Amino acid sequence: MALFIDVEVAPQVASSPDLARKLVEVCPVNIFALGAKDALEIVEKNLDECTLCELCLSVAPPGGVRVKKLYGERQVLERRG
Amino acid sequence: MSILITRETTFIIQGITGREAVNMTRECLDYGSKIVGGVTPGRGGREVYGVPVYDTVRQITSRTRVDGSVVAVPPAFTRDAVMEALDAGIKLIVIVTERIPRYEVAQMVEMARVRGARIIGPNCLGILSPDEAKMGGLGGRAEDARKAFKKGFVGVMSRSGGMTTEMCNTLSAAGLGQSTAVSIGGDPIIGSTYADLMPLFEADPETKAIVIYCEPGGRMEAELAQYVVEKKSRLPIVAFMAGRFMDEMPGMRFGHAGTIVEGKADTTTEKIARMEAAGITVAERIEDIPGMVRQRLGL
Amino acid sequence: MRFYEFEAKKLFGKYGIPLPAGSRVAHSPNEAAAIAEEIGGPVVLKAQVLTGGRMKAGGVLFAETPSEAAHAAEKILGLVIKGHTPRGVLVEARAPVEQEYYIGVTWDGFARLPVMIFSDMGGIDIEEVAEKHPEHIAKRHFSTIHPFSDYMAKELVASLGVSGTHLLRLSHIAAQLARAFRNHGLTLAEINPLARLEDGRFVCLDGHVDLEDDARESQRALLEELGIDPNEKRQARPPTEFEVRGSQIDAADPRGVAGNVVEFDGDLGLIIGAGGGSLTLFDAIRKHGGRPANYCEIGGNPSVAKTCALTKLILSKPGVKKIAVMMNVVSNTRVDLVARGVIKGVIESGCKPSEKIAIFRIPGSWESEGFKILEDYGVEYCDRTVSMYEAAGRAVAKMREG
Repeated sequence: MALFIDVEVAPQVASSPDLARKLVEVCPVNIFALGAKDALEIVEKNLDECTLCELCLSVAPPGGVRVKKLYGERQVLERRG
Repeated sequence: MSILITRETTFIIQGITGREAVNMTRECLDYGSKIVGGVTPGRGGREVYGVPVYDTVRQITSRTRVDGSVVAVPPAFTRDAVMEALDAGIKLIVIVTERIPRYEVAQMVEMARVRGARIIGPNCLGILSPDEAKMGGLGGRAEDARKAFKKGFVGVMSRSGGMTTEMCNTLSAAGLGQSTAVSIGGDPIIGSTYADLMPLFEADPETKAIVIYCEPGGRMEAELAQYVVEKKSRLPIVAFMAGRFMDEMPGMRFGHAGTIVEGKADTTTEKIARMEAAGITVAERIEDIPGMVRQRLGL
Repeated sequence: MRFYEFEAKKLFGKYGIPLPAGSRVAHSPNEAAAIAEEIGGPVVLKAQVLTGGRMKAGGVLFAETPSEAAHAAEKILGLVIKGHTPRGVLVEARAPVEQEYYIGVTWDGFARLPVMIFSDMGGIDIEEVAEKHPEHIAKRHFSTIHPFSDYMAKELVASLGVSGTHLLRLSHIAAQLARAFRNHGLTLAEINPLARLEDGRFVCLDGHVDLEDDARESQRALLEELGIDPNEKRQARPPTEFEVRGSQIDAADPRGVAGNVVEFDGDLGLIIGAGGGSLTLFDAIRKHGGRPANYCEIGGNPSVAKTCALTKLILSKPGVKKIAVMMNVVSNTRVDLVARGVIKGVIESGCKPSEKIAIFRIPGSWESEGFKILEDYGVEYCDRTVSMYEAAGRAVAKMREG
C-alpha cells in the first residue's frame, strides 16, 4: 500500500495508447505500465518511489495526470493549462 | 583565492550522458562552472543542458582551451578515458568513478606523473571553490552547495565526499569560510593525497588554515605528518579522525575501499599519535573544529 | 579477499615457484594418510584457516608415517581456531631448513607503486624485521606502465649482498611473484618463510595472498581454477545470517546502497551513511555509551523499497528496541526518499514510527520535503544545525528513557 504518493490519471489519458506509452517511457521509477490491450495501469508498489520529477505531468495534457502527496499539506502536482 | 579551480577554469565531463553525470552537469553549471563540452563515444552531436557532446576528447581540445576533465564513466572504461584526457594534454583530472581496480588506478596516477598532470580521486566528489566554481558532485545542487560552502580562508581536504560537505557546513555556520574544498577520494591509492595538495594551499595567500577528514587504513596521514615536519608548513592543521571503533576490529572492512586496519600503522590511535607529534590538532567531534581552527590562528 | 594457504600455493605453483613436495589438501584422515604415503617421508600437516595463530592453537603438526599423518589430520580437522573451522588440512613434505627468507610484493601507498620486499630474516613478521633490523630488508618499486623485467628482482635480492646461485634462484622467485601480483590484481603476495633447504633447493613454506575485492570480476577465471566461490566474502570473520540477508537486500536492487551491514550485539539499530558519515556516527554512538545493534552504510540515493527492506531487517533482529537514522549533510541521497523508506519499513514491521525511530538526522538534498513527512508521522528529526555527535547523543538518551 502506498503511504506517500498517489497518482491519478484522467480516463481520456489512460485510454489513449499513445499517451499511455509516453507515460511508461518517461517515468524513471516505473509507476506506469501497459496492461492488456495497451490499457494504462498504475503499479501500486512503485508509487512510493516517485521522485516528484514531474515528467509524467509534462507529457500529458493539463490536468491529465495528477500526482498527490499523501503527507504534509497534501499538495497536488498537476500541469496547469 | 582558491586552489586548483577558479571561475575561469574550463573543463569537460567524460561520460556526460550518464544518469549521475547529467545531474552533475546541471549542478556545476548552476554553480557557475564553465563546462566547455562533454564526451560520450557514439553520442557526439547531442547536448546536455546546452553543453555540446563529442565523441572524443581531442574534438574539444582541438577547438578550445580545456583546463580539466571530470571522468564519470563506468569502472571498466575509466582507465581508457583518463589516458585519453592525459594524451589530449589535460592537466587536471577529477575521477568520480569508484570500484576501479587498484592496479589501474596506479597506472593512471603513474601516467599522470609522466605527463605532468594532476589526478583528484578516484572515488571522490571533486573540488569546490566557494563563489568560484565546482568541479564534480561535491555539495550537490547549486542551492544546497551555497548553503554548506562559504568563501573564506580554510582549505579543506577529505577522504570522504559526504564528510567534506558536513565539515564545510559546520565551518560555514561558525563563520569560517573555505578557500577550496577537495574531496580527495576514499580509495587506497589516489591521485592526490593531503601531502600532495599541501604545497598548493601553502602557495595560496588566502588560505590560512587546513581542516582534514581522516580514516583508518593507509599511510596518508603519516605522509602528511612527515610533510608538515619536513617542510615546516606555515599552515595550522586541524584533523578530524573517524572510525576509532575500527581499531578493535582488525581485518574488518568498514567505510571506503581504503579503510581497513591491516597493521598497527593503519589504526586511528597510531595515526592520531603521529599527527599530534607533528603539531596537527586532532578533533574528536566535528563541532569542535571551528574553535580549534580559531585557537590555532589566535583569533 | 584473502586466500587460504593452499590456494596461495596453487597460484605460486602456476608461476613456477617451488613448493614442498606433495603439497596437497586433505579433507579426511584417510586422504592425509594417502598424501603422506605418496610423499614417503616426514610430513607437516597444517590447518587451513584464514586467521593467524594456528601454530599456537595446535593447527600445525608433524608426522613421520602415514598413520601418524591420519591421526594428526583428525586432530586438526576437529579444531576451531578463533572461530574458524579448518577448510581442510594441507599435507607437505618436511625437509631440514638451512635458512629462511622473506619475499613479498605489495602496494606502497606513499609512492603509489607496487613494491617488492626481500629479507634474509624470514619466518617472522616483516613489520617487526623492518622495525628492529632495517638493514636486513631490501625494497624495490616497479612501474605499472613499463614492462616488468627480471633485472628488477635481481637488483632487489643483490642489494642485501646475496650472489651466486642463491641470487639467481631467489630473484627468479621474486620476479615470478611480482608477475603474479601484476597479472591478478593482488594487493599482497607474500612468501614467508621462503626456505633454503640443506640440499640447496628453495621452497615456499607458507604463503599469503590477498586479492582486492574490485578485481574479483576480472579474476573469475583464476578463482574458478583455484576452486574459489567468486561470491565468497571472506571478511575477518564469517558473515552472520543477518549480514547475509543484508547483502541480499543490497544485491536485489541496484538503486543506491543499503543493506551492507555488520552485526553487533546492542539494542540500537542504525540506519546510517554514507562511508565516512557512518564511521563518524558509529564512533559518536559509542562515545555516548550507546550499544549499536549493527553498522551500515546507506548512500547513492537508495530506492524507497531498499531502505524499507533494510529497516525491516534491522527491526527483525532480536533485542533491537529503536532505530536511529542519521547521515552527514547529503548531496545526492534524498532526505525525503530515505524518510519514506524508513517509515514504511517501521509500519510494515507493525510498529509506530514515532516510537521506533529514536532520531532522524539527515539534512541536505530535498530536506524540506523529508521533514514534512517526518512531522506527519511524529518522528523526532533535526536539521543541519544539530551536529552528528549531538544527534547520536539524543538517540542514546532516548534508549535510556526506554
